[in-house]
Amino acid sequence: MSSDKKVRELQKRRKEVQQGGGEQAIQKQVAMGKMTARERIIKLLDEGSFNEYDMFVEHEARDFGMDLKILHGDGVITGTGTMGGRPVCIFAQDFTVAGGSLGSMHARKITKIMDHSLKMRMPLIGINDSGGARIQEGVNSLAGYGEIFFRNTLASGVIPQISVILGPCAGGAVYSPALTDFVFVVDSISKMFITGPEVIKTVLGEDISMEELGGARVHSEITGNAHFFSESEDECFDQIKALLSYLPWSNTDVPARKKVIQPLEKYNISEIVPGDKRQPYDVRNVIRSVTDGSDFFEIQENWAANIVIGFGTMNGHTVGFVANQPLVLAGVLDVDSSDKAGRFIRYCDAFNIPIITLVDLPGYLPGVDQEHAGVIRHGAKVLYAYSEATVPKITVIIRKAYGGGYIAMNSRHLRADFVFAWPDAEVAVMGPEGAANIIFRKEIASAEDPELMRAQKVQEYKEKFANPYVAAAKGFIDSVIEPGETRKSLLHALEVSGDKSVGMPAKKHGIPPF
Amino acid sequence: MSNKEKTAKKKPFQEPPLESLEIGGAVYITRLTSKFSNRKNWERPNERVVIAVIPGTIQKIMVKVGDQVEAGLPMLILEAMKMRNEVLAPVGGVIRTINVSVGEQVPKSHLLVELD
Repeated sequence: MSSDKKVRELQKRRKEVQQGGGEQAIQKQVAMGKMTARERIIKLLDEGSFNEYDMFVEHEARDFGMDLKILHGDGVITGTGTMGGRPVCIFAQDFTVAGGSLGSMHARKITKIMDHSLKMRMPLIGINDSGGARIQEGVNSLAGYGEIFFRNTLASGVIPQISVILGPCAGGAVYSPALTDFVFVVDSISKMFITGPEVIKTVLGEDISMEELGGARVHSEITGNAHFFSESEDECFDQIKALLSYLPWSNTDVPARKKVIQPLEKYNISEIVPGDKRQPYDVRNVIRSVTDGSDFFEIQENWAANIVIGFGTMNGHTVGFVANQPLVLAGVLDVDSSDKAGRFIRYCDAFNIPIITLVDLPGYLPGVDQEHAGVIRHGAKVLYAYSEATVPKITVIIRKAYGGGYIAMNSRHLRADFVFAWPDAEVAVMGPEGAANIIFRKEIASAEDPELMRAQKVQEYKEKFANPYVAAAKGFIDSVIEPGETRKSLLHALEVSGDKSVGMPAKKHGIPPF
Repeated sequence: MSNKEKTAKKKPFQEPPLESLEIGGAVYITRLTSKFSNRKNWERPNERVVIAVIPGTIQKIMVKVGDQVEAGLPMLILEAMKMRNEVLAPVGGVIRTINVSVGEQVPKSHLLVELD
C-alpha cells in the first residue's frame, strides 16, 4: 500500500502539471476568448470520464537553454473518455505551454493516443491550438508532424477522425486536420494557413490579416477546409456531440439506432417544390419532409451551397443525403460542389452509411473560370465516388436531371439500387429550351416569326420529352411516385437493401481523380 | 426557443437575394454565391502590354522609348523574392512607353512597358 507521503507527492505532481503554463499564460488564453485545453476536454467529454495519459512526459530538447525549461505535459493533454457513454480518444494542445508548440515528445503523446484509437476502434478527437513546430527541436519536430500525418492516413476510413481548430494551426500543422474527416472551426478563434500574413506581405506585398487569410469564416465559406462553423466553443462542442450521434465508432460498427419519430407536419412535401422548374426552393426542406422527426444535420452549410450534404435518420438509422440545391446557383454541379459531394459519398461508403440522392439540377456551371479551374477533373470525383460506393444507393429525381448531371447524380448507370422520380421529373440531355434551339435551329431561323416558332418548338419538345416516362420506359427509373409517397418509398428501399452485398474487382486501390 | 428564432440565430453568413441565372437557355431564379459573383470575366491577354507578374523593385532598365525590340529581349530587371527577374519582350515591336524608373517599387500587375 502506498504511504501517505507518496500519495501526497503524486497529488502535488498532478497539480503542478494541471496548471499547464501557469497563471499568467492562462490569463492570456482567457483574454483571447479561449478556454484552456483542460477545460475543453472536460466540457466535451461525459462528466468525470476523462482518463489522462502521459501526464508526466518531459520534453527532450537540450539546445538553446531548453534543458532548463519545464514544459508541463509537453504542451499537449491526451487521454480517453466517453461521449454519450461511448469511448473516445482525445488530445488537446495546450497553448499556455510554450504556445502549444510541437516537439518530439508532444508528437509522441499524440501518436500514442492515435495508435490507441485505431487499435481499439474508437473515434479520435484532436483539439488544435498551437503556434506550430518547436523551432528549438528542429527536425525532430518535423518528424513528429510526419508521424501524425501517417497515422491520420492509416486511420482514415477505419475510425472517425475529428479535428477541432481552437486557436492557430499554421504551416505544416494544418495537414493533420486536412487528413481527418471533419474539421470544426469557431468564429474569431480558429486560424489556419500554410504561410502567414507576414510572409505573404514580405514576398508578395499582399496585406491581409490572419482572420481574412484563414479565419473560421474563410474556411467555412471560401476554401471548404472546414465542415462546421460556430460562434463559440460551447456551440462547437454541441456540434461535435451531435455529429457523433450519427456515426458508427468504426468501419465495422453500425451507428446507434435512434428513436423513430414521424416527420414534422410543417414540412409538407407536396407544398415545398414549385411546379415551375425555374423557381427555387430549399431542398433541405424536402429532406426534412422525409426524415425521422424532420431531422437533418448539415455539413459544410456555407461552402458550395449549390449542393447539400449531411446526415439524417430514417427508421432510426443514419442515412447520408446528397441533394442539388435549386436555391443556390440553380443547383448546378461545379468545381466546389463536386469536390464536396464526392468526398462525402466516399465518407458514407467507408462507414457503411446508405446514401439518398435528391436530384434537381440544370447541369454543370458554364464559365471560363470553371473550365480553367478543372471542372472536368473535379466533376469526375462525383462519378467516381458514386460508382465505387457499395452501400445502398437510392435516388429521387425531383424535377430536372439534365445531361452529365443526370448521370453523375447516382443514376441507374452508376449502379443506383433504386431510382424514384416524381411526376414532374424531366430526364433529358438538356432542358427543352436548349434542345429546341439546336434540333429546330433551321425551322426557327427561317420562320416568319422566329420567337413564336421557338416557343412552339420548345412546347413540342416539352410535351414529348420533359417527363419521367421516357427514362422509365427504358428502366432507368424504377418507379414514378407521388411526392407524398417519397418517405414510404425510401423506407422500403432502405429496408430491402439492408443486406446489400456487391463485389468489386480485386485491386490494391483505384485512382480517384483527386 | 422557437425554430424560427433558432434559424435566425444560426445565420452568421449573409443570404444573398434571389437573382436570375441563365443555364442551357433557361433562366433560373436563384441565389448567387459570393465566389460566383466575384469571379473575373476572362479577357484575352494583350501581349503588347507588359505588367509585373509579381511585386518587386525595378533594378535596371535596358531599353528606352522608341527602341526596336525583338521577342525575348530582356527589357528590364525586376527584383522580387531576392531574385533578379529579367522581364522579356513578349513580342517584337517598338517601345511606346516605359512606366517605371530604376529603384521604383511596383505592386503586382503594375504596368511596366507598352509596345507598339
